Amino acid sequence: MQRKRAILNVVYHVFVVAFGLLMIYPVLWMILSSFKLKSEILGNKAPFLPSVWVFENYPNGWQGSGSLTFATYFRNSIIVSCLGTLGTVISSAMVAYALARVNFKGRKFWFTAMIMTMLLPGQVLMIPQYIIWNRLGLVGTFVPLILPKYLGWPFFIYMMMQFIRGLPKELDEAAMIDGCNKYSIFSRIILPLLGPSIITTIVISFYWIWDDYMGPLLYLSKPALYTVSLAIKGFADAQGTNFGPMFAMSSLSLIPVFLLFLFFNRYLMDGVTAGAVKG
Amino acid sequence: MQAEKRSGKTGFLYKDNVVGYIFAAPFIISFLCLTLIPMALSLYYSFCNYKIAAVPEWIGVQNFANLLRDSTFGHSLLVTIQYVIIGVPLKLVFALFVAMLLTKPTRMQGFYRAVYYIPSLIGGSVAVALVWKQLFGSRGPVVSLIKSLGATGFNFFGSTTWAFVPLVLCNAWQFGSSMLIFASGLKQISKEYYEAAEIDGAGAVKRFFSITLPILSPIILFNLIMQLISGFMTFTQAQIITDGGPNYATNYIALNIFKEGFAFQHMGYACAQSWVMLLIMAAITGIIFKTSSHWTFYES
Repeated sequence: MQRKRAILNVVYHVFVVAFGLLMIYPVLWMILSSFKLKSEILGNKAPFLPSVWVFENYPNGWQGSGSLTFATYFRNSIIVSCLGTLGTVISSAMVAYALARVNFKGRKFWFTAMIMTMLLPGQVLMIPQYIIWNRLGLVGTFVPLILPKYLGWPFFIYMMMQFIRGLPKELDEAAMIDGCNKYSIFSRIILPLLGPSIITTIVISFYWIWDDYMGPLLYLSKPALYTVSLAIKGFADAQGTNFGPMFAMSSLSLIPVFLLFLFFNRYLMDGVTAGAVKG
Repeated sequence: MQAEKRSGKTGFLYKDNVVGYIFAAPFIISFLCLTLIPMALSLYYSFCNYKIAAVPEWIGVQNFANLLRDSTFGHSLLVTIQYVIIGVPLKLVFALFVAMLLTKPTRMQGFYRAVYYIPSLIGGSVAVALVWKQLFGSRGPVVSLIKSLGATGFNFFGSTTWAFVPLVLCNAWQFGSSMLIFASGLKQISKEYYEAAEIDGAGAVKRFFSITLPILSPIILFNLIMQLISGFMTFTQAQIITDGGPNYATNYIALNIFKEGFAFQHMGYACAQSWVMLLIMAAITGIIFKTSSHWTFYES
């Protein structure tokens, strides 16, 4: 019996590891391909590991295809992602506090509006929103990518609301007796306790904005403003069948996301389930 | 000073209604300016002939009448529905399978979950889409494997029948969020149910269908709705991997709206398509919610 259990245990781990390897095979393939000679990436004789490790794909890719290098694109992505993330955290925390803790007229209505917005697919609004930004003369700038993030992001508002609801109301009441008003309750009580939820928001919103493709595709027309996601698509088209540098830049573009995951994966995974399951 | 402060607390700025609207202001502004007004505009333009920077010309229901005769739009609806009907259940089954696989309490559980989450972490990126295009391309490893099994001349992206498969797989591969949501649901199922069932002689399959599935049903509903919405609106992967081809086989609705609006400058017509799409999605979601009371089970 003991032995049977031990064998089953080994079988289980072998299966989970093998299946896991299959799941991350595309990622491994991308990274290994970025170190390969052009002739070893594709075709039925392509080896799994590179026969010679080619590091030149990275500097070659970094040069980009036009006059701009990937330094520009990474800088743009960092600007958009950092400013966007900052806005998401501030505005979503404020709105979450209002909807979870302040008893104002119309709260139910705005809560429903928030849920509806969360369920509304963004693609439905892509044309009219574009028309509005265009009329404001802001197409071709970072503004349409950054400004909306300062106006609350329903997914994170909802997530933070769930978190705030879990904090005991007695805290607010005690603070009220000690002379706090609704503003200082937010800044002194709720905001400090919201820590874990804020980290989750930072991690998820940063990587969503970093990965976003449709926004930059619609709003950025000048290559000097391209984000990494938009730039590697153009780079891949320009390189044709020269896949090594393309895989190198693709691998680089995922590094920030992997770093966040490495350090904060618990927060990230908490965030994913926060909306769905109570308690 | 103290008295001033106390009177301040009852002043205008400290009333609950005022505080609420001040804190909720960002969302209210975005709801009005980035959701409500755009939707109204979109509804208006859907009855117009409209090009960017031109004056919209009211044409009544002409756009909607044209939609009925537009075979590209019809086909695009059809392939989108095919994508959703095959892709969403596949993803959910996969997510549930992995979630159950990883419920076994071992020291490695956290690590395994993290590894299985990696595809969802990066799956929506342009980098992965570019990799996918080569991975399933005519000279990529997947096609090489299929060819070595005897199907010489096989090619995903050259075939209108098979081109959607890599896209569906790319979507199903990102099962991580659904998996985590299922996993947290599974954790809440009381062990006593399984023990009682085991004593009664129920096998693993029986236990799965009469305990696990019913208790998970509200979570299945949640995942189903979320995945349906994102499935209907799939864009990045299709745009980069196939660009809608070959011969419109993967010309999903969001991609079609994008092309119609921005490449062909038929913005009024594209708005009409968005509305039709939204109504179809709302109807499907509504039907699922209405019928869900028959198949979801809530523990009391």
